[in-house]
Amino acid sequence: MSNIPTELRYASTHEWVRSDGDGVFTVGITEHAQDLLGDMVFVDLPDVGDAVTTGDDCAVAESVKAASDIYAPITGEVIEINSQLENSPELVNSDSFGEGWMFKIKADDPTEVEGLMDAESYGTSIADE
Amino acid sequence: MDLLHCDFYTEMRKFYNEILKMNTTALHGAHIKAGAKMVDFFGWNMPINYGSQIEEHHAVRQDAGMFDVSHMTIVDVIGVQAKDYLRYLLANDVEKLQLKGKALYSGMLNEEGGVVDDLIVYHFESTNYRLVVNSATKEKDLNWLNKVAEGFDVSITERDEFAMIAVQGPSAQAKAQSLFSAAQKEAVEGMKPFFGVQAEDLFIATTGYTGEAGYEIMVPVGRAEEFWDQLLAAGVVPCGLGARDTLRLEAGMNLYGQDMNETISPLAANMAWTITWEPTERDFMGRKALEVQKAAGHEKLVGLVMTDKGVLRAGLKVIATTGEGVITSGTFSPTLGYSIAMARVPAGTEIGSTVEVEMRKNLVTVSVVKPSFVRNGKSVL
Repeated sequence: MSNIPTELRYASTHEWVRSDGDGVFTVGITEHAQDLLGDMVFVDLPDVGDAVTTGDDCAVAESVKAASDIYAPITGEVIEINSQLENSPELVNSDSFGEGWMFKIKADDPTEVEGLMDAESYGTSIADE
Repeated sequence: MDLLHCDFYTEMRKFYNEILKMNTTALHGAHIKAGAKMVDFFGWNMPINYGSQIEEHHAVRQDAGMFDVSHMTIVDVIGVQAKDYLRYLLANDVEKLQLKGKALYSGMLNEEGGVVDDLIVYHFESTNYRLVVNSATKEKDLNWLNKVAEGFDVSITERDEFAMIAVQGPSAQAKAQSLFSAAQKEAVEGMKPFFGVQAEDLFIATTGYTGEAGYEIMVPVGRAEEFWDQLLAAGVVPCGLGARDTLRLEAGMNLYGQDMNETISPLAANMAWTITWEPTERDFMGRKALEVQKAAGHEKLVGLVMTDKGVLRAGLKVIATTGEGVITSGTFSPTLGYSIAMARVPAGTEIGSTVEVEMRKNLVTVSVVKPSFVRNGKSVL
């Protein structure tokens, strides 16, 4: 079974969100998502400074098998991207919740995150797939 | 392997097949044991990868990997008219096969010149041949083989008592040979590419679908898992269908159902080299249609290379100055580090030119090359 850290929040589209404090949130894709996609070959990230709205397709994870849109799980401004993924996209496979993070968002409304799924709900949602 | 385990396993496999209505190979247990991710491949439960398909790909290019290809169909064609039958059935000419064990790649065409399937035929004698055809098209192929056989004195027999393992890569032959008996080693000594030999319980062929040296080995079902385990112990890396696809595409080898099908002529699928026109008095299935197409002009299959970020995918539209085409197979090439594809394009599209591909609403310029990208571990671009 896939690892689903309890301290994170999840979107139904398989993004995870970690609170870094001060309304800043790190976003990546779940271990389950990387497993579905297979070996990552390119990750196309948003630009720092981009304003994103919940549900926007703001990044693309491209694996050998398929290209998949990554959606902004919350509204805010992109303040940092994981530039390591440029040369090492496989970090998304090997450490999806850690070094494979994708970008950080400064939330317009930090409480929006509470509307996302907790680990238990996300676990149930992928078990139903 | 002890017999008890073998019987138990056979029973479990039958049970599994019954429930899922899916075929499994004799190596199913070995795949599960190795942590394979299994997928449905045209009714067969097969490994897509055992972790990382890119690492599996590199194992084949750099050392040795193995694939379970037991889902492929082995058919023996035996009888006094076996040669006459195959000379009519196939666009390539088995008359070229003079040496015992020599193999030939050919399309099997319908009357309209479309490809019913592609296959390898091994020649033992003019009355005795072996075909290896695709699994996805098994029923259709067997029906077609039998239909075309009407009026010929031949028997067509499926040989499902064999599993088949492809061992591929620069070290593949040496590693596989470490499992062979003295007689088997002697049988493969100095064997050139595209030959096959029955040596004791193994049929060993110098064929493959990766662009590397290696063997395709037919092994009796009862010994398959033991043989697989011995290859593992010899340091051969298990590889799934994912790596098989990126390897064959880098090697510029067609995949049936994608790069050609019943409505696509071999002329439009980079298979013109498999059509033997001479002698002109040899009639073969689809010949008349091909002659008409050849005279009228036809599309062609080319290679595409995109060094920018992104991956070319099957089904994407290709826009050339001469008209539109379509990508038939596309992937990220792990060996080259960028995307490659095969595309069927209008006749006038020249090697060395550029075309545009419609990708995620953008038009991207890509280079047109011959449809062959990597051989023996190295770029041929």
